[in-house]
Amino acid sequence: MRTPLDADDARVRLAHGSGGRAMRELIESVFLAGVDDPEARAMDDGAAIRCGDRWLVMTTDAHVVAPLFFPGGDIGRLAVCGTVNDLAMMGACEPLGLTCSAVIEEGFPIESLRRIQASLQVACREAGTRIVAGDTKVMGQGEVDGLVLSSSGVGFTERVVRDAGLQVGDAIVVTGDIGDHGLAVLSARHALGLEGDLRSDVAPLNGLVRAALAAGGPGVHAMKDPTRGGVTSALVEMAEKAGVGIVLDGSALPLSAPGRAAAELLGIDPLVVANEGKALLGVHPDVLAPVLGALRAHPLGARACCIGRVAPDAARGTVVLDTGFGTRRLIERDGDPLPRIC
Amino acid sequence: MSAPLQFRDVARGRALQARLDALMAGAGRPVTVMHVCGSHEQAIARFGLRARFPEGLAVQMGPGCPVCVTDAPQIDACIALAEQGARILTYGDMLRVPGQAGSLEDARAAGARVEVIYAATQAVDIARAAGEPVVFFATGFETTAVATASILLGPDVPPNLFVLSAHKWVPAAMEVVARDPETGIEGYLAAGHAATITGYGLFQPFVERHRRPVVVAGFEPLDILSGLVRLVEHVLAGEAKVTNAFPRCVSREGNQRALEVLFRVFALGDGDWRGIAHVPEGELRLRPELAAHDAEVHFAAALGAAGPRLAPGADAADCRCGAIMTGRAQPTDCALFGARCRPESPVGACMISTEGVCRIWHEHGVGPRAVVGSARA
Repeated sequence: MRTPLDADDARVRLAHGSGGRAMRELIESVFLAGVDDPEARAMDDGAAIRCGDRWLVMTTDAHVVAPLFFPGGDIGRLAVCGTVNDLAMMGACEPLGLTCSAVIEEGFPIESLRRIQASLQVACREAGTRIVAGDTKVMGQGEVDGLVLSSSGVGFTERVVRDAGLQVGDAIVVTGDIGDHGLAVLSARHALGLEGDLRSDVAPLNGLVRAALAAGGPGVHAMKDPTRGGVTSALVEMAEKAGVGIVLDGSALPLSAPGRAAAELLGIDPLVVANEGKALLGVHPDVLAPVLGALRAHPLGARACCIGRVAPDAARGTVVLDTGFGTRRLIERDGDPLPRIC
Repeated sequence: MSAPLQFRDVARGRALQARLDALMAGAGRPVTVMHVCGSHEQAIARFGLRARFPEGLAVQMGPGCPVCVTDAPQIDACIALAEQGARILTYGDMLRVPGQAGSLEDARAAGARVEVIYAATQAVDIARAAGEPVVFFATGFETTAVATASILLGPDVPPNLFVLSAHKWVPAAMEVVARDPETGIEGYLAAGHAATITGYGLFQPFVERHRRPVVVAGFEPLDILSGLVRLVEHVLAGEAKVTNAFPRCVSREGNQRALEVLFRVFALGDGDWRGIAHVPEGELRLRPELAAHDAEVHFAAALGAAGPRLAPGADAADCRCGAIMTGRAQPTDCALFGARCRPESPVGACMISTEGVCRIWHEHGVGPRAVVGSARA
């Protein structure tokens, strides 16, 4: 099928970076054109390469965020956590080491750079890893917006957990309150003045995931971190890849009090904004209780809960939210959500 | 239980849904009603209410999106000011609304200074810090118009702040819909937040003129369901009356102070609404006393030179936004919906704004009734 991206004058739009359908279309249409490597085509959080009887998991991320410092974190913490979490989502919970490259705009304050470097180190300590290599580039004013960080990481795992591994009957678990990161950054970016107690959840999840995997073993069928595009985008992708349908219980979705208030006030669905310290797990019903127990025993998983299930009667590739009043299909959004006018 | 959650009680919702089902089963005929607010449609979509509306009950969204009804010549006028070097401030959704010669987003890409703000007060702060003329392209209904009015009545309004008003007065559009012989709307669900300002008494003359009931409703699921129950009861009983189903916020008289502020700054004028054509007294125009801050007055020469380039009230070819906003069609009746017209590449205004019915249906997966399982095993 010919898509708009095949047009001679096709251009990259901002929506191509929003983590949803448009981005996957761009990747498939351009970056995966002529590539038949199944590992790349899996488009998972990272890649798993066989090394003897283990798997080497590797991942890479580029980080841009405005503002660079936001309530609860900054771009440095984001860079470390993003990479550590992508490794953990595939089962590699002991990140061996990270690399971090910085593209810096001319005129960027050294003081800010120092703060970001300190934040990188703090996040590494929390994750039990280190940055072992890096690269630095400076571009002219206006050629890059402040600072772009790019980070990569590697880790081993005995068993690779895929985001495509959901099975009919699985319980869908989220490790805590959803939407706080996206709402906090949005609120800071637009100077909406409602930060209050609303803080980004950005945190390294490898310890939390290690506990869940220890409790659930092979009963943990699939994992994904709901970053850009939020829970909606992550679950739609998981449902599509596994060819299953998911039904969510709207009354079970965990929200923090400040997150709920900000979402209501701004008219933004917490399901479609980014999280940077949460994981979604698809687990066999037999291990649901031990997995929830292990998650809740960890400081980052105290609010973990089951939010839905992979239903045999739900249409393949769809995610449906049951609000109690009725149902609706969750649709991925392209582009950043905007606060409402009235 | 906190206030918002109290109005999301599922058991009470189920009881209201059962009542609505019983009313429609007893009616033995279809009923068509209209609400006139994007926030109502958002709540209906977000809570999945539409999936459980009874067979035979059609709930249409009327001209309830201020961005969607902003006419192309108004966009063109704003672009003309931007091209002349004025710094434009507006609400985010307005950037992508197409005029005859592109959108404000296009103008920005071509170098014009167009910035998004989230509150009218930001316009004052920005103008105060700036030396050049700052034009606030203000849009919205009664609710938002009060915010615009209040900045112009504040102390020390910066002399370089000008308002280009695209503010609209919703009751006027209800009048147009009610007079349209093709719509067949039997009752109206009025927007609770607008009524907190106008008061529900405002609808009494409308009800008497058109012999159709109006129910004022809030935005929580129980507000909407109880409002619909009352509305359908009135329709089936042939009662042409105004009912306030949002008494915790709305009074008969409304917010007199807000109304005073609103009408000290604005006067009702005739104008064109996109897709709906001419709406008598549907525009909120700055009064002559505020001429010093009226962009249409200050930049009259520049605007006159730009001139209207598209027939007022016109839509893009094949786009059914007009029929949709006047209750003669649903988004899914439009061949463009979800195909050529999508949020990332909108054809009609109803797909651009998050308050537009097409965008809301698309993003909330609303379509032909979907049969799905329950989350509760």
